[in-house]
Amino acid sequence: MHIKTPLAEKDLEKLKIGDRVLLSGTIYTARDAAHEKLVKLIEAGKDLPIPLSGQVIYYVGPAPAKPDKVIGSAGPTTSYRMDSFILPLLEKGLKGTIGKGPRSKIVREVMQNQQAVYFAAVGGAAALIARSIKKAEIVAYPELGPEAIRKLEVEEMPLIVVNDLAGNDLYQQGRTKYKID
Amino acid sequence: MREIRSAEITEKVAKLAQEANFYLNDDLLNALDKAAEEEISEPGRYILEQIKENAQIAASENVPVCQDTGVAVVFIKIGNDVHLDGDLYEAIEAGIRKGYSEGYLRKSIVADPLSRQNTGDNTPAIIHTEIVPGDQLEIVIAPKGGGSENMSRITMLKPGDGKTGVKDFVIETIEKAGANACPPLVVGVGIGGNFEKSAYLAKKSLLRDLDDHHADPEIAKFEAELLEAINKTGIGPQGMGGRTTALAVKIEVFATHIAQLPVAVNLNCHAARHKKIII
Ligand code: SF4
Repeated sequence: MHIKTPLAEKDLEKLKIGDRVLLSGTIYTARDAAHEKLVKLIEAGKDLPIPLSGQVIYYVGPAPAKPDKVIGSAGPTTSYRMDSFILPLLEKGLKGTIGKGPRSKIVREVMQNQQAVYFAAVGGAAALIARSIKKAEIVAYPELGPEAIRKLEVEEMPLIVVNDLAGNDLYQQGRTKYKID
Repeated sequence: MREIRSAEITEKVAKLAQEANFYLNDDLLNALDKAAEEEISEPGRYILEQIKENAQIAASENVPVCQDTGVAVVFIKIGNDVHLDGDLYEAIEAGIRKGYSEGYLRKSIVADPLSRQNTGDNTPAIIHTEIVPGDQLEIVIAPKGGGSENMSRITMLKPGDGKTGVKDFVIETIEKAGANACPPLVVGVGIGGNFEKSAYLAKKSLLRDLDDHHADPEIAKFEAELLEAINKTGIGPQGMGGRTTALAVKIEVFATHIAQLPVAVNLNCHAARHKKIII
């Protein structure tokens, strides 16, 4: 299934856990250090360096770009580390996040309330994912190196829906389905 | 005495650090092929195909398999008939610095674990040294990413907990790790020694060939038993459900104290990287 950013409600409604999605459009990168800064700005009531309404944040710290490339290998990092920062971002209208690994119960509940989804990219498939990134530009915190906030233009980035609007969780359901007692 | 120049060590380490990050070893690629054929879960197969394709892209473009090019873990075996013209550790650090910079590898090391300033060159490496007979120098570089390392665990069991206790701890570790450690995993288990020795054994076991069997048939049997149990958890590739949660389990054991049964589980992700040279 092809979808575009900013994410439209009608597209989000269609997504079910386990769906393969090819995402195109603008997305933003942020990891631990950048999240801490964004949350501090929100708490202080200041403007943010990136828009959040309808947007998607990708949890990634890419490898440096070789001279002939727009970005280095760029697979997802583990999402639970961002669980303690995501709630104010969801309140500001963030509609999707991309990472790997499960979200906490409270994050899943707030995502469902705010009608946001969580996608996984395949952890470690970093060279393959980099091929779908057509442009990359640092838009905030260059001093953070790999942790700087980047604006990415992606074309058909391969993702899997992990948490949908109905509150389902692919990690829980997948494990139960294939467990042998 | 055989003379080895430290400049040569630096050059070779720089090259090896890049190769370890660009090219997965054949035993791992074969295990991924086999898993992709045998996996019964549909998302699981799709993920394994992506992982295989990713390895091909990385190798053909000389880019890292994973953006997390890790802590550079270096295992050295130095023959006692080797003479160096400089400091071994400085030569290795210089090689890591050069390899990570010239190879466009990510610099993921912070100088202080609490104030967290990036050192900018991926040093210091973590270097383990063994002195052995002979006049050769063996260097293994095993870049280790944060995702799987963060899910690794160590415990001090009671001697009476025995094999069952070890098995329960391993399974519990895998279940807690779930998708976070990027399964399919390579699982390294260190049993015995003391607190730090068990962790070292677990790490070292990850360097073994995936197809090999432990020399002690009892341990080899235990490796197979653990692998089977791990693959019954249902976690599967990337934790999305399936039967390939781990590709291999490797166990190393060592003598221990009458009051102790230390167990360390070092998880490696499917980007189980290591390369070796002998100078
Ligand atoms: S756990 Fe391994 S494959 Fe996953 S992101 Fe970390 S280094 Fe890469």
